[in-house]
Order: sequence, then C-alpha cells, then structure tokens
Amino acid sequence: MQIYLPIAEMPVSVLLILGLGAAVGFISGLFGIGGGFLMTPLLIFLGIPPAVAVATQSAQIVASSTTSVLNALRRGALDFRLGGILVIGGFVGSALGVWFFAAARRAGLLDLVIVVSYVTLFTVVGSLMMKESVREFLLKRKGSMARARRNAGNHPPFLGWPLRMRFYRSKLYASVIPILGLALFVGFAGALLGIGGGFIVVPALLYVFRVPTGVVVGTSQFQIVCTTLVALVLHAIANQAVDIVLAILLILGGVFGAQFGARAGRNLRAELFRFLLAILLLAVGLRFALELVVKPEEPFSITVQESRT
Amino acid sequence: MRIIIALLIVVAWIGSASAENLVTSLSNHRVLINSNYTGTSITVFGAIERDAQTIARATAYDAVVTVRGPQQFLVVREKERLGPFWLNQDQQKFPTAPAYLTVLTSRPIAEITSDQLRRRQKIGIQAIIHAPDFTNDRGGVDEAFRDALYRLKSRENLYRENERGVTFLTPSIFNASIPLPATAPPGNYDVEVTLLADTVILARTLTHFELVKTGFEQQVGEVARDWSSLYGFATALLALFFGWTANVVFRRD
Repeated sequence: MQIYLPIAEMPVSVLLILGLGAAVGFISGLFGIGGGFLMTPLLIFLGIPPAVAVATQSAQIVASSTTSVLNALRRGALDFRLGGILVIGGFVGSALGVWFFAAARRAGLLDLVIVVSYVTLFTVVGSLMMKESVREFLLKRKGSMARARRNAGNHPPFLGWPLRMRFYRSKLYASVIPILGLALFVGFAGALLGIGGGFIVVPALLYVFRVPTGVVVGTSQFQIVCTTLVALVLHAIANQAVDIVLAILLILGGVFGAQFGARAGRNLRAELFRFLLAILLLAVGLRFALELVVKPEEPFSITVQESRT
Repeated sequence: MRIIIALLIVVAWIGSASAENLVTSLSNHRVLINSNYTGTSITVFGAIERDAQTIARATAYDAVVTVRGPQQFLVVREKERLGPFWLNQDQQKFPTAPAYLTVLTSRPIAEITSDQLRRRQKIGIQAIIHAPDFTNDRGGVDEAFRDALYRLKSRENLYRENERGVTFLTPSIFNASIPLPATAPPGNYDVEVTLLADTVILARTLTHFELVKTGFEQQVGEVARDWSSLYGFATALLALFFGWTANVVFRRD
C-alpha cells in the first residue's frame, strides 16, 4: 500500500515505513539512544529529501523516547537532577554547534568536518566500549568476580571538583562541571552532526560517572526528549520540512518497537548490552569510514538548493 | 508600386512556408494529487491542418514533444580524492534546471533534424542540457557536470528521452503519452510541441498543465508553510501523545 507524503512530495510504502520505525524503535528502546543516526540515512536511502528526513525523524524520536521516559519513571529509573543538568548543558552546546556549523560551511570545510567527526566519534566510542566489555568478559572467565565497582575514593579525580552535587538516584556525588562539560559536548556534536547524542551520553554515564545501567537509559532518554522536542519545533519553523504523515507512520512503528526493545533490554545482561551497543557503533563508524576512503562508483551527486515552483 | 508588389510576394512566400497549422491538446490540464497518488500519464494530441493551396509534402511529418517541469536550483558536486579521502570538491550550479524533463519524438532525433538546428532550437535532451544558458560555461569543465545531471536525473526517471514516444495515427494526426513518475514535484509543466518535416521546423505550440496537491495533502502543505510554528507545536504534541498512549497501552502492571 502506497501513501503520498504531502511535505516530502512523494509516495512511500506504508508497510516499509512502519517496519523501519519498528526496527529503529527497537534498537532505540534497547539501548536508550535516539536512533536518529540510523533512521536519517535509511530515510534518505528511500529517496526522501535529506531536510525532510532529518526534521521528521525527530518526531519519531520524541515519541519513542517519551514512552521510554514514562517507563523509566514508573520504575524509578530516572534521575531528574542529572537529566536536567544534561539538558541545560545540551542547549548551550547546541547553540555553539549551530554557530560552528555555519562557520565551517562558510569556510567550505563542512563536508570534511562532518564525515571526519562521524567516523571519529563512532569508532572511538565504539572501540572504548568494545575494549571494556571484552575485558569484563575475560575477567569473568578467569573466575575473579567482577571488581567491586563503586569503592569509596575509587573514582576519577574530576568528580571531586568544586560545585559537588548529590544525585541520589544515580548513586553519584560529583561535581557539576564535568557533567555540564559532557552535556555541552553532546549538544555541540548533536547540532553539528544532526544526532541526538544518546550514544555518547550512555557510555559516558556508564563508564565515566559509573551510573547504574537502569538509570542511565531513563536519564539519557529524558535528555533526548527535551532536546529533540526543541529541534522538532525549530525544524518545522525554520525549514518547514516536518512531514506529519511520515512522522505518524514512523511513530506508530517506533512506539511498538521501542516497547519490545525496552523489554528485551531489561532481560539482557549488562556486559552483553554494552557489547552489542559497541558493535552497533563500530558498524556505523566503519560504514562512514568506508564511504570516505572507497572510490565512489558515482562521484557526482545532486542537491536541491531551493525549490521554485 | 514595385516595392509593394515585392512585399506582397514576400508575404505570400512566408505565408506558404508556414502553411501547416499545428493544433495540440492535452488530455488533462490539472492533475490532482491525493493520498494514493503514485504517478500518472498525460496524453498530448496533435493534428496538422494544411490549407488548400499547399501541396502535399513528399516526406512525412515529425513531431517532438518537450515537457519541462517546475524550475529548481540544483547543485551538482563531484567527489575527488584528497589524501586518503574521497570528498566533494568541485561543484557546478544549475540555477534554472527543470525538475522534470522529457523529450518524446516520432523517430530517432538525429534523423529528424540537423545537429546545428537541434542545438539552436534546443530540440532533444542533449541540446537542452548542453545549451550555453543552462549553466555557466567553464571551458569544458562543466561538460562532465551536465552529463552527470542528466545521468542522475534519468536514474530517477525524471529526465528521459523516448524516440518512439510520439505515434502518428494518420499522416496528420499524432498522439504521445507523457509519463509522470510519482517523484515529479507539484507545479507548472510546459508542453512544447514542435512539428518538423524534412529537417525544417514548420510549427510550434506551447501548452501547460498543472500538478497540484488537493484536499488533505494541500491543507497540510499550506498549514506547514503559513502556520509553521503552530504546525511544529502540533507535531510535537502529537509525538508526545503517541508516546504516552503507547506507554499506557503496553503497561503491564
């Protein structure tokens, strides 16, 4: 069954879009990430104009993340304090990212900056997580039980910087400065690369701040809902590129997928969870790296600058 | 007196040169897009009228139908090697490229007219995309970009040339079917029909049709454009609502 998208101005297969929404929603619910970095390229591959793809998938992220946040809220797995600080830092970072985006475009380096940052971010974060989970796996194998994770005084020194705050839910007593720094970086990268940044927040909270896995997912989803809501409204106003029909289809598929993803995530062992996320990130990073170094079959590409009808 | 006679002769000669009159008509001047639109086709009919004095031609008529969609500002970029990386480097702008371009002919275009006439009168896709005013001339560098534009657009079926697209039903009546893929954007489309015989242009007509969104599709488009902040907030609320509903529906406790 085909349906015509009024803003993208093209027909799509309803089942295909529902399935796409469900698949990305599953991954999003499983790992507590937005999934935009998967959805946007897939939509563009289907022939949907890039501006519409970027703008519209944010509606789906809002919906699936809302579900996850509400779930986490009921299980008490959401740290509002930590989430709030992430949101504030994220907004400042986004503003800086948008400014840098324009500056890079003026300098004609935008393409290079985007591709290189994509590859670096995904490969670095993916490899770090992979290394960590393999080490954990080997430790378990050797029989020496996983090391006590939260010894007093056994934490990175920057958590002891001034402005310390207590985050009860996250079992964290740490300085606000590194958390704001993380949020700033995530907002910056998000605005620059058009990604929510969940895949940076999740590992950072897990490894650097040693926040329990359950709380990490809920809190990261909370931050994603807030930033993506703002992005969605801004996209609708500035670019008029949000396709409401496409959004509803993606959401319908996405909410189902996210439910099952979240459930699957709860039954997953923590090491396996991190290992799978690491593989996903490495795969995406590799894909971008390949695109960068392999000689393209068709070196030319067309972009529409403005439509005059 | 002599001058007047000479003028009359010239007028009569010009009149006889364009003795053929071309009449064309489209099957539809307004194509409506609704929610199950998956592309369509429009038929153009043409009839050639000849006045009584004109003698019948020894050669058959040829017709070329050129359809141009709404104009777009297109940029074609080329990936080139920079160190170990392949990156977009050079680019060529096409400020007035049609979003859709189809040329239908009754015979292979090379048999219909001379190369020179094709280029001067922009008959055929090659002549159109290689026309000097299509993009800025950069001394040959632009040629690869023009070809790439055609190649990429024809892959999406948005640019095409069909040398069997025009069918003559009788020696003086023809029709042609203009295929409109679903990805052809809404807007105004120009249909230019050129009548030729013996490599000479005899007549030309220009008609239009319009591809428009209707009903729900039109309203969504208008709200998104004219009430963009309202539309943005509505979409955001909708997304939140769906998320909340899913949470309630799937609640297990």
